[in-house]
Amino acid sequence: MQILGAIQASTLPLLALSPPGWGATLLLGLWNSVQIAFGAFALGLTIGIFGAYGKLYGSPVVKDLLAIYTTIVRAVPELVLILILYFAVTDAVNQVLLSFGHDRIQISGIAAGIAVLGVVQGAYSTEVLRGAILAVPAGQIEAARAMGMPAVLLARRITLPLMMSFAIPGLANLWLVATKDTALLAVVGFAELTQATRQAASTTKAFFTFFAAAGVLYLLLSIVSTLIFSRIEAWARKGQRRMGG
Amino acid sequence: MADRPVAIRVAALRKSFGTHEVLKGVSLTAREGDVVAIIGGSGSGKSTMLRCINFLETPSAGTIEIGGEAVAMRGDGSPSDRRQIERLRQSLGMVFQSFNLWTHKTVLENLIEVPVHVLKTPRSDAEARAHKLLARVGLAEKAGAYPAFMSGGQQQRAAIARALCMEPRAMLFDEPTSALDPELVGEVLAVIKALADEGRTMILVTHEMKFAREVASHVIYLHNGVIEEEGPPETLFGDPKSERLKQFLKTVG
Repeated sequence: MQILGAIQASTLPLLALSPPGWGATLLLGLWNSVQIAFGAFALGLTIGIFGAYGKLYGSPVVKDLLAIYTTIVRAVPELVLILILYFAVTDAVNQVLLSFGHDRIQISGIAAGIAVLGVVQGAYSTEVLRGAILAVPAGQIEAARAMGMPAVLLARRITLPLMMSFAIPGLANLWLVATKDTALLAVVGFAELTQATRQAASTTKAFFTFFAAAGVLYLLLSIVSTLIFSRIEAWARKGQRRMGG
Repeated sequence: MADRPVAIRVAALRKSFGTHEVLKGVSLTAREGDVVAIIGGSGSGKSTMLRCINFLETPSAGTIEIGGEAVAMRGDGSPSDRRQIERLRQSLGMVFQSFNLWTHKTVLENLIEVPVHVLKTPRSDAEARAHKLLARVGLAEKAGAYPAFMSGGQQQRAAIARALCMEPRAMLFDEPTSALDPELVGEVLAVIKALADEGRTMILVTHEMKFAREVASHVIYLHNGVIEEEGPPETLFGDPKSERLKQFLKTVG
């Protein structure tokens, strides 16, 4: 350990923000990761809300389609899905464009990353939110119906706020998974944190230093996220008595 | 007395859950100012009958009329006009056995939720009305409290105020004291009694025989989905005709 420490200590200046340091590259990678994670999480949440309502109240066809979606996405490894969605979908889009006489397009890395991870997140969100909606006491929904509240307003004003406290722990997990799943986009050459780290490490040969630095950045991201989610959870639990309190 | 306008009329109402018929053709008329009490043993269909009036349960057959307006129904008894159901529900204040206040909202927010967001009453008007109603049910101090921090009796009184805040044509009470600790029953019954005394139309499903006798203008005894006996409370409780009702009154004391 001591020897390793001695060797690596000499590489610490490589983390500096300005060249020859690679710090700025790493931070840019982190920023890209956060953007994609946030976009994917938001897209997943949107898919999840519609997915959950569709699974609970949709027609038999809607329910079947959603069951196929959540089953496949949750069964296939994320890495495989990313490769399929990224290459296959880009290819399909371009085939269509070419057949109509258009030129090939280059799909932006961030947009593709958000779309791919968002579809994955959506499948998990659907299940988290479905469970949370089912956990809302039926009587409170019935009270709103009995007062003549239209369905969409009822979902927005009563069901969704009430299910939040049940959904937040699961959604916080999904957010953390989203931040780490961004690393999988390295396989399609996108410059998120892991890809940036690999580039810095292989150029400088200071593997330990850079991967340790990346680990610290992921850890910081997760600590900050946890703090934010505990705030959100406290807000979502307003009006509830604390257990054992 | 009989010419007061009809607030709620139910005719030949039937309701089945699967193959089990819970209501086998029951009828009821409540004129403005009437207090109709529905009594009966567990499984008699009394709660189902009440819940059919605002379509929380979908009837299988029969007709329902609120304020002279017949509810549009399909052949199978299900309502055909969602808008109409929503509008009619807004004119019926429902009070549940388990209060069903929205736990993420304060008492005041519970009261003004539907007036402000559905009926489009200006917020200040709704709040003024809500404060007045809370004072009437003895909860003036609790406007900012969350339901989870109140006793069952307080929650039920708040739920009654919430129903009143919509200025309903009639009130529907579904066993409003059954979930309460015995020492909290009195405060809720006092509020309901005061509403009856001011001439509010209400239909009340209850286990409190003494209370039903005291406030009701008309009592219906349901047994196995059929109206076994009905009439003014003095006759029904003082001189029951059917063996079943006699037996029932003996068991509930």
